[in-house]
Amino acid sequence: MSQVSPGPPRMGFFTDTSVCIGCKACEVACKEWNAIPEDGLNLTGMSLDNTEKLDANTWRHVAFIEQRKPLAFQEPGVRHTGPVPDLATPPAEAPMTPMTPGEPGDLRWLMASDVCKHCTHAACLDVCPTGALFRTEFDTVVVQADVCNGCGYCIPACPYGVIDQRKEDGRAWKCTMCYDRIGDGLQPACAKACPTESIQYGPLDELRERASERLDTMHAAGVTDARLYGDDPNDGVGGTGAFFLLLDEPEVYGLPPDPVATTRDLPAMWRHAALAAAGLVGAGVIACLRSS
Amino acid sequence: MAECHPVGFQWVMEAKARGATLIHVDPRFTRTSALADVHVSLRAGSDIAFLGGLVNHVLQNEADFREYVLAYTNAAAIVREDFRDTEDLDGVFSGLDTEHRTYDPATWQYEGADVPSVAGEGDEEFEERTQAGATIREAARVEAHGSGGAGVSGDIHTDETLRHPRCVYQILKRHFARYTPDMVEQVCGVPPDTFRQVCELVTANSGRERTTAFAYAVGWTQHTVGVQYIRTASILQSLLGNIGRPGGGILALRGHASIQGSTDIPTLFNLLPGYIPMPHAHADQTLESFIEAEGTVKGYWGNMRSYLVSLLKAWWGESATADNDYAFDYLPRLTGDHSTNETVLAQMEGTCKGYFLMGENPAVGSTNAKMQRLGMAALDWLVVRDFALIESATWWKDGPEIETRELRTEENGTEVFFLPAASHTEKSGSFTNTQRLLQWHREAVRPQGEARSDLWFTYHLGRRIREKLAGSTDDMDRPILDLTWDYPVHGDILEPDAEAVLVEINGHDARGAPLSAYTELKGDGSTTCGCWIYCGVYADGVNQADRRKPHTEQDWVAKEWGWAWPANRRILYNRASADPDGRPWSERKALLWWDPEHRRWSGPDVPDFQPDKPPDFRPAEGARGPDALRGTDAFVMQADGKAWLYAPAGVVDGPLPAHYEPHESPFTNPLYSQQSNPIRQVVKHPVNRYQPPGSPVFPYVTTTYRLTEHHTAGGMSRWVPYLAELMPEFFCEVSPELAAERGLEHLGWATIVSARTAVEARVLVTERMTPLTVQGRTLHQIGLPYHWGPNGYSTGDAANELAPVVLDPNTHIQESKAMACDIRPGRRPRGPALLEFVRDYRRRAGITDETGMEM
Repeated sequence: MSQVSPGPPRMGFFTDTSVCIGCKACEVACKEWNAIPEDGLNLTGMSLDNTEKLDANTWRHVAFIEQRKPLAFQEPGVRHTGPVPDLATPPAEAPMTPMTPGEPGDLRWLMASDVCKHCTHAACLDVCPTGALFRTEFDTVVVQADVCNGCGYCIPACPYGVIDQRKEDGRAWKCTMCYDRIGDGLQPACAKACPTESIQYGPLDELRERASERLDTMHAAGVTDARLYGDDPNDGVGGTGAFFLLLDEPEVYGLPPDPVATTRDLPAMWRHAALAAAGLVGAGVIACLRSS
Repeated sequence: MAECHPVGFQWVMEAKARGATLIHVDPRFTRTSALADVHVSLRAGSDIAFLGGLVNHVLQNEADFREYVLAYTNAAAIVREDFRDTEDLDGVFSGLDTEHRTYDPATWQYEGADVPSVAGEGDEEFEERTQAGATIREAARVEAHGSGGAGVSGDIHTDETLRHPRCVYQILKRHFARYTPDMVEQVCGVPPDTFRQVCELVTANSGRERTTAFAYAVGWTQHTVGVQYIRTASILQSLLGNIGRPGGGILALRGHASIQGSTDIPTLFNLLPGYIPMPHAHADQTLESFIEAEGTVKGYWGNMRSYLVSLLKAWWGESATADNDYAFDYLPRLTGDHSTNETVLAQMEGTCKGYFLMGENPAVGSTNAKMQRLGMAALDWLVVRDFALIESATWWKDGPEIETRELRTEENGTEVFFLPAASHTEKSGSFTNTQRLLQWHREAVRPQGEARSDLWFTYHLGRRIREKLAGSTDDMDRPILDLTWDYPVHGDILEPDAEAVLVEINGHDARGAPLSAYTELKGDGSTTCGCWIYCGVYADGVNQADRRKPHTEQDWVAKEWGWAWPANRRILYNRASADPDGRPWSERKALLWWDPEHRRWSGPDVPDFQPDKPPDFRPAEGARGPDALRGTDAFVMQADGKAWLYAPAGVVDGPLPAHYEPHESPFTNPLYSQQSNPIRQVVKHPVNRYQPPGSPVFPYVTTTYRLTEHHTAGGMSRWVPYLAELMPEFFCEVSPELAAERGLEHLGWATIVSARTAVEARVLVTERMTPLTVQGRTLHQIGLPYHWGPNGYSTGDAANELAPVVLDPNTHIQESKAMACDIRPGRRPRGPALLEFVRDYRRRAGITDETGMEM
């Protein structure tokens, strides 16, 4: 009997935001390879970010965050004295680019390329009734456009707000980790285009090792608020296939601090529901018995 | 660099990961600053003061790499007694001709040197030389020294102790003494603490064991003192021993793909391939007199005859013979300055009647864009080759002057031809980029529709012209008819074979075999070569530019990735990486060393030196060319073999850099009573009015720049939805303080005004823009990306509408990186009201046709 060969290892992205230069080559390469429609012209006033978020037509998104915070020993060379507005001010009403308050004269500019997390426990996949969403041999999560019926269940299921419905065709779209490239041994388009290796693609185990070394280096260099995000297999989504090195709280980047697979409690909920149903049946039986 | 050269910036990030310190000096906090260890914000247009301050720091603290300085620079050379510095003449050098706005450089020479070689011989040469300033400048002759130095010969007097009051070192010390940290603060707005930090970092990272590199974007060249910016960096790097060594140098980050290539095999009016100057229309000029005047006695320019004759043989083949001076008379001759802006003036005057625009969009991309459009509007015919209908192709029907009614479509006589161009993926060829590296690329897809490559267009245009002239007996047509215009073509569109052109550029010997190095070139017509510095790119019949061996499979110099001119050497002047005795200055930085056993230079790089010339070599009496250089003359292209801390010839606006204010500055010059570069090139024209220095009507400084998301004048990006959506419209960047001062609203509109016109932009208020304190007052700067114009998918006003035509006298490059302006909230007036709006500004600032014309 022939042995069943083990599948490929779990593949993933490690996005090291500390070396991101905000060139957006990942956004463009992603759109080019995946033939994603453009999103329209909209100057947002949110630093140099005119993409705003991940959605059906944006599978890589570079966030630009201006902060009155020092970056380790960096000398920012700017001099300001006045206050900065409350971050809660809606961009359209803000008197300037949104900015994290802090000491006047401090400045750092964070850039980070966000992407679908390819969760270990992927709620989008759990709720998909058609099987359009599936887990690949690389342990990534992919929507099959020709199977998706546009029911949209996956959209509220995603704890990160990544997957989204395209208005024009009603179907759900998100990053495939370039399923049609990695099967041929190519890197995903974004990782290939990234000039500074901020986006690294590879076997997840190796990436986690590399990330932990990088984190140590950052801490040793005095960047004490550097942290990994999504690398923990014990978090609410069982760890992510795409994880990050961040320089601040996840919320600063628009990421949930403690994501939980929205379907995590489903089995328990079903048990409760079953019990409740049994209870109802029981009550009905009792009622029937009584009425008889 | 992260903004405009993200791909090249990967190496900076790699250096950083290996412990390099990154300093970013820029008026704005950009994507580069975000990754830098130190960001220094300075006033746009004040870099010579900043760099001069660094030079002064090095000299005052004797932090120079003294052994390197003594061995490889001209620090010890003694300058003529009649030289007068800016110190003596309050901001100008001796030799200033106030009538012609030129310098006579005679007094700048070394003591004992013969003469600057700018033309002719004997008394006649003296005649030439007395008007040499004008002659050189008009034809941008200095640019012709791009690959080498100006001529110097004779018995140069030196003082190796560096104590002689007229030695270069002492002149330098006196000249830069006033560039103190306090002066840097006054001029640049850089606090002394920050400046000291930079001084300490740069000097601590230079010397035997460490090197510092300077990378500049070509914005450094866009000033009335642009060449002197780079000269100041050269002086600093030479003093610190950072030239010719790994991790050192001054890197010009080029503006787009193959811009380096377009000066090597030039699209410039005054150069032939390989930086051979274009001959002038002197009545009696022969091949011999030209070489006599333009070549040098010592150094590699001493072999100019071989380079030029081989070029003529490549172009005219059998028709170039010893009897006809190898067809030297077929070369066109210069009659004056035919640079871009001069050409625009000639168009407006009606003397230039036709214009080819190939991949260039001056209607929004060039300084004083209105002047560019009015120039085109005066042409008989205009050919535009580009990807899309750029503004330079449609100004006649929808340009800004149609709206202001300065032009009427029905009255305009220019015949405009638009021809679609193929993109780089649709054709084969080479790119030569920043590091002189040629990299071959191949056609991936056939050009769409009627789009064709520039090679196709040029070849078939030439072919058709030759067909029309066939049989002509007019001597005037011989240079066209005798050309070697025989490139093979292929495919249904008859695309010429790009590799055949590369073969021609490489050249061959008398038997037709490809040459492998420019040292094989002959001046007797037995070799051909289309560009001497590229000779060897097709060595052994192999396209060396097409090599793609990964860096992981070869040593750190990676000589088998592409091919670098000249001779595939990766670091120029690398003889200077070893000490005078031929031993590397340090093991860490070893690149080249003398191997006494084999009597050769050895090391991972190709020696930029005669490979068997020992360190103790002394030239024989009367030796010429490279043989006249000593074993320690590392700067082999220079006539004296030395790095020039002081330029005795070749730079028209002074042997040393001096800080002059930008032509339009809100400040007066605190260093000298001379306000601006006295010989900056000014253009007096009704559509090019200048602002007076220090005008309160134009209190702010604006600078233009590029964003990662767009490319230059937008022809390659504004039509591309994936790029346009990332940066959807024209905006200006201002500080919260300036927004408050002028009532500018974030995301609202602002109008930015100069003496030329006004443009409108959306407002981005950000603390990345910082106010500076300059000469005791607060200065606000405005950032303007220059990618936009009215056509395309993403549209907006063009920032270059604001800039004046005022030029560096060496290169004729415009000052577009430091302008004074005003900014106010709201959109600009439309139509003729715009003209009145700007006229009102000019009235308030007291601007006349004489404003800004003073010296």
